[in-house]
Amino acid sequence: MSHETLSTILFVVFVAATLGITFWAGRNTKTAADYYAGGRSFSGLQNGLAIGGDYMSAASFLGIAGIIALSGYDGFLYSIGFLVAWLVALLLVAELMRNSGKFTMADVLAFRMSPRPVRTAAGVSTIVVSIFYLLAQMVGAGALVGLLLGVHSEAGKIWTIIAVGLLMIIYVVFGGMKGTTWVQIVKAVLLMTGAALITLLVLGKFGFNLSGLLGDAAAQSGKGEAFLQPGLKYGTEAQGLAGKIDLISLGLALVLGTAGLPHVLIRFYTVPTAKDARKSVQWGIGIIGVFYLLTLVLGFGAAALVGRDAIVAQDKAGNTAAPQLAQKAGELIFGEVGGTILLAIIAAVAFATILAVVAGLTLASSSSFAHDLYAHVFKRGNATERQEVVVARISAFVIGAVSIALSIFAQSLNVAFLVALAFAVAASGNLPAILYSLFWKRFNTAGAVSAIYAGLIASVILVFFSPVVSGAATSMFPDSDWHWFPLSNPGIVSIPIGFLAGYLGTILSKEHNAAKYAEIEVRSLTGLGAEKASQH
Amino acid sequence: MTVQHDSSVYERIQAGERFQELRRRYRSWAFPMTVAFLVWYLLYVLLSGFARDFMGTTLFGHFNVALLFGILQFVSTFLIAWLYSRHAAAKLDPIADELRAEEEDK
Repeated sequence: MSHETLSTILFVVFVAATLGITFWAGRNTKTAADYYAGGRSFSGLQNGLAIGGDYMSAASFLGIAGIIALSGYDGFLYSIGFLVAWLVALLLVAELMRNSGKFTMADVLAFRMSPRPVRTAAGVSTIVVSIFYLLAQMVGAGALVGLLLGVHSEAGKIWTIIAVGLLMIIYVVFGGMKGTTWVQIVKAVLLMTGAALITLLVLGKFGFNLSGLLGDAAAQSGKGEAFLQPGLKYGTEAQGLAGKIDLISLGLALVLGTAGLPHVLIRFYTVPTAKDARKSVQWGIGIIGVFYLLTLVLGFGAAALVGRDAIVAQDKAGNTAAPQLAQKAGELIFGEVGGTILLAIIAAVAFATILAVVAGLTLASSSSFAHDLYAHVFKRGNATERQEVVVARISAFVIGAVSIALSIFAQSLNVAFLVALAFAVAASGNLPAILYSLFWKRFNTAGAVSAIYAGLIASVILVFFSPVVSGAATSMFPDSDWHWFPLSNPGIVSIPIGFLAGYLGTILSKEHNAAKYAEIEVRSLTGLGAEKASQH
Repeated sequence: MTVQHDSSVYERIQAGERFQELRRRYRSWAFPMTVAFLVWYLLYVLLSGFARDFMGTTLFGHFNVALLFGILQFVSTFLIAWLYSRHAAAKLDPIADELRAEEEDK
């Protein structure tokens, strides 16, 4: 049996199992709290796994392993930003959000503000961030199927995107938060198991001598010891000062973006109390941290065992380094059949990874559309729970369909930068609004609206005029050039703009609500009046 | 189901001494620690960009300062997460639980 057939079989098993879970979860989804927040009945460990499943995208699994395999140390540098970011969520956001919010990010932002303008801004930002992220994942899925299953025709890629999109719509529309969370838990367990297995095989191959593995990786890379040091990919000496500032800009967006990503924030509502939210972030940090340490071994292992030439021959960006390593490690230890089986497992896990992440994004954006824009802006808070959930399901379908169409349109373009852009928008617009809402008494409607729009617009405009969109061989539009902003990552400019806009907007408007601030402050720190788990 | 409380309840609690203590204990731990880990992380990124010779210094075998620094970021992240849970359980949760229980039992 070929690895393609085996991968497909394993993947079909995963899809069948998760669809089963989804329909089971769907039957237990009755109220709005069930649909949006899984009845708030997940345990800290379950939600911690789901946080891992939501966060460890194919970009971070295949992408970071690939960057390490080809550019060495710099891939590790990237993963560290993704991890440290969770401390912002743990210390400043998770528990306070859980206590003061209900279903969406905007619940906290609009708490003591004029609801319509703030919910509109937060809803727009949520949908934009989620769709950027979705596009990068879905276009990546189209490319991946070619590499892993040997489907290279244009039609094959389009059908893959459609299939991924349809599955994600089914998970979200029928399973709501409960179904989506279980898909993410299953995926997290599979991904961790797969990554740990390959890591053990690789380390075993080197007699558990990490230094020996590093030495072989450096020697095979053709870059020597430089392969084990920063500077081969981000802020290379050839790019000069601008490259190094770009590196810092990326680091800032990564470390500050996570706690402003809507699909991350709504995970905190799925547990019964703030203490469980704390526990779930701690589990998440443990799982994500261990995962990135495994990725380090996978990346260097691929450099040492598969070798640069073989990786680049499959994919220039190195996205297949981890699956190739799985095959190689299996072959070296168990013979050819072992290689085929391991490759098939890792390929199937990669697809499971994509599905779990896109489902989380679709849920976040459709929840915000229904709860913020439909129920509070269009209906001015006069929609029934039933109407809201119906609209949420319809919007999940529409957002899914729009993402499929956009992804098909964008599938030949280089849109990998959209993930970094989503982090930049989250760090520049959402995070200042959240932090000011939770901690600044004087903060008001004008401040919240200014922070969100300024951060969002500054990030998008700067990226539009940056080399990732035009003017370079690796741009989205390599044949045109309208760029004037020298950095690929806008964070270093757009994050201060977002915080400053929030500050200026606030002090330039007299409005503020001290009584509501007392409520959000007491509620966020004590949990008094916080939403309770639903009783089943 | 969520119990609604009058806004005067929140203002009364907010003005109370125990809540002020809770707030002080939370902020005086979380805010400086946030600054500390952000500075520690930025130091790491800055060194990776501007002090590459230092980061490339070999410690033993093929293990260099850059790898040590990276691993230390993992260690500090795990450590801060653990310290925070200890701080919250010992210093924050008791007051928060007490304030909440008093009001909910009324």
